[in-house]
Amino acid sequence: MRSYWTWLPALALASCSSGGQEQTTLIIATVNNGDMVRLKELASEFEATHPRIKLEWVVLEENILRQKVTTDVAIKGGQYDIVTIGAYEVPIWAKRRWLASLDDLGPAYAADDLIAPVKAAVSFQGVQYAAPFNAEGTFTMYRTDLFRRAGIVMPARPDWAFLTAAAAKLNDPAAGTYGICLRGKAGWGENMAAFLTMAHSYGGRLFDERWRPQFDSPEWRTTLDTYVGALRKWGPPGAATNGFNENLALFAQGKCAIWFDSTVAAPFLSDPKTSKVADSTGFAPAPAETSGKGANWLWTWALAVPISSKRSPEAKQFIRWAAGPGYAAIVARHAGWLAVPPGTRMSLYRNPNYRKAAPFAEVTLQAINAADPTSPSRLPVPYIGVQYAAIPEWQGIGTEIGQQFSAAIAGRVSTKDALAEAQAASRRQLAAAGYYK
Amino acid sequence: MTARAVAKRKPAYLRKHGQILVAPAVIMLLAFSLAPLIATLRFSVTDYRLLFPDVTGFVGLANYRNLIANPDFWPALVNTILLVGFVLASTVAVGLGLALLLERAVVGKSVLRLLVISPFFVMPPVSALLWKNLLMQPVSGFFAWLASMAGVPAFDWFAKAPLLSVALIVAWQWLPFATLILLTSLQSFDRDQREAATVDGASSTSIFRHLVLPHLARPIAIVVMMETIFLLGTFAEVLVTTGGGKASTNLAFLVYSQAMLQYDIGAASAAGIIAIIFANIVAFFLVRAVGRSLEV
Repeated sequence: MRSYWTWLPALALASCSSGGQEQTTLIIATVNNGDMVRLKELASEFEATHPRIKLEWVVLEENILRQKVTTDVAIKGGQYDIVTIGAYEVPIWAKRRWLASLDDLGPAYAADDLIAPVKAAVSFQGVQYAAPFNAEGTFTMYRTDLFRRAGIVMPARPDWAFLTAAAAKLNDPAAGTYGICLRGKAGWGENMAAFLTMAHSYGGRLFDERWRPQFDSPEWRTTLDTYVGALRKWGPPGAATNGFNENLALFAQGKCAIWFDSTVAAPFLSDPKTSKVADSTGFAPAPAETSGKGANWLWTWALAVPISSKRSPEAKQFIRWAAGPGYAAIVARHAGWLAVPPGTRMSLYRNPNYRKAAPFAEVTLQAINAADPTSPSRLPVPYIGVQYAAIPEWQGIGTEIGQQFSAAIAGRVSTKDALAEAQAASRRQLAAAGYYK
Repeated sequence: MTARAVAKRKPAYLRKHGQILVAPAVIMLLAFSLAPLIATLRFSVTDYRLLFPDVTGFVGLANYRNLIANPDFWPALVNTILLVGFVLASTVAVGLGLALLLERAVVGKSVLRLLVISPFFVMPPVSALLWKNLLMQPVSGFFAWLASMAGVPAFDWFAKAPLLSVALIVAWQWLPFATLILLTSLQSFDRDQREAATVDGASSTSIFRHLVLPHLARPIAIVVMMETIFLLGTFAEVLVTTGGGKASTNLAFLVYSQAMLQYDIGAASAAGIIAIIFANIVAFFLVRAVGRSLEV
């Protein structure tokens, strides 16, 4: 007992002194997109102002990141202090209590400044679990010069009937322009994102309240016939395997008259260095149908703290800096306003400097504001998400169905057979996962 | 008789120490191959999904049943065989031709060899992207340009012939491997033997058929075996170009899309076991067939 008293002060002193100098190292797993790579470069500013925190980066391709991070978090490996996850993961992970709540980021984070649908996308049952870093919606891109020459006027709110009619008129393969470009490449994050958004806008849904697949509904029939029909008649050859990147290249080369896709494309198409059609590209809202709901998808890459991290106070400190309102000005100072990660904060869209630099700012903001992942269809749905369903099985189901729909675009199966296969495949997969017990 | 008895006793004496001496190697081998195999077998009969950590337990053969019940399973198996078969046949045939030509090359042999090897150093996803977007793209690709020069409509490769397109890309990647192995063994072919045959009045075709080809039997068997091992796992080319589907999904991609994407360790393990059995069957027959037909 006596010896206890003699070494206690020494221990207290030791812990005090080490507490003053000891560095905390945060391990951050992130995706290799342009915005995140820039964050990694600019993070030296954070380290300079926070000498006690050292950052270690693990930058990975999207699919690999998803695999590594999911595995680590699921087995509570505690390898990462901050992980970059998408809107798809947030509700799934939050439900399993894998993420620390980010409701306590404080006034410096200005949570009220977040665009409402984006904040909703990273929240679960009213609690915020991830800090949005960038966000995207959907819109229609079109060639203003071709529209003017053909005497077509883009309405304030186009629908699919208008877009397909315009595509038919503007399709001119001899001159190297095709009426419409859409995603065809199979994948839950490729063609299924576009198909599902379109079906939602027609008032359709993936599953009913008892998880029964709805691919036999008239809404899906219309969706597939319109989408596949348009691509087969007025789309570019090879459309069945064109993903986002392929379409971006085609549009930038002036090969597409109309393209419905993510707002991420806007900065590339507006820049004369990366686009041949920079001064003749117009932006309009996403095609909406009868229901007026579900026409806009929403995606965000967000920073989150796994519950297994032992350094969550420091992790939150970094998130406050990287996803906070002050980060935009830091990027602007180094790389200009166009390089600021878009889509997350109202303050960016109120900034006159940003609006001057980004001609697509208003339509992007409208697209994101119009999205509602919690209620994507006119009918009630048991899942969250517009261009995905936030259930663990969706990646597998979406990929399998996407393969059927891609085959329909290629003309190897009819749209009717593709839908029947989709119905059977999703039922089989959900049954195997125990949804109908 | 005595010599045999001595020979028999000696290994027995050696066996004791020999066993101890090889033990570390055997233990390592067991630890690194048998232990994971047993773990995989165990996982394959359990319900083990990373995203449902609270649901676990023995499920018997349900994981295997689900996999085989998938309508894409049998097409994937057929696609795998077709893909491996096409790539093996084309790389061995074209590789042999290239090797024969390269052996005869008088000038620039080293440069030529370097050029021939280069596709092997391109990573699979990169070469898939290269072929998809620069060569086979029906709007702006090189083949489409050639077709327009000839006045014929461009061929939509991945829509019309997805498996053949993937197989072409993979064959292009593995051609250097076959060429290189066959070229080195051609160079080790005894020149005196060839000269003797020529003096005896053998034609060049019969020299090739009766001397060169038997000499190449073993290297061809090696090419076939090595390529089969890697080709059964072809994945990146399918992911990058078509994203799968009945017409182009192979076994590796099916496992990825049905098990890996959903973090279903049980299903992935079951698929892995099936893949191991399948690979062993394929390798067994292929190597035998090739070895026998050429060693006569």
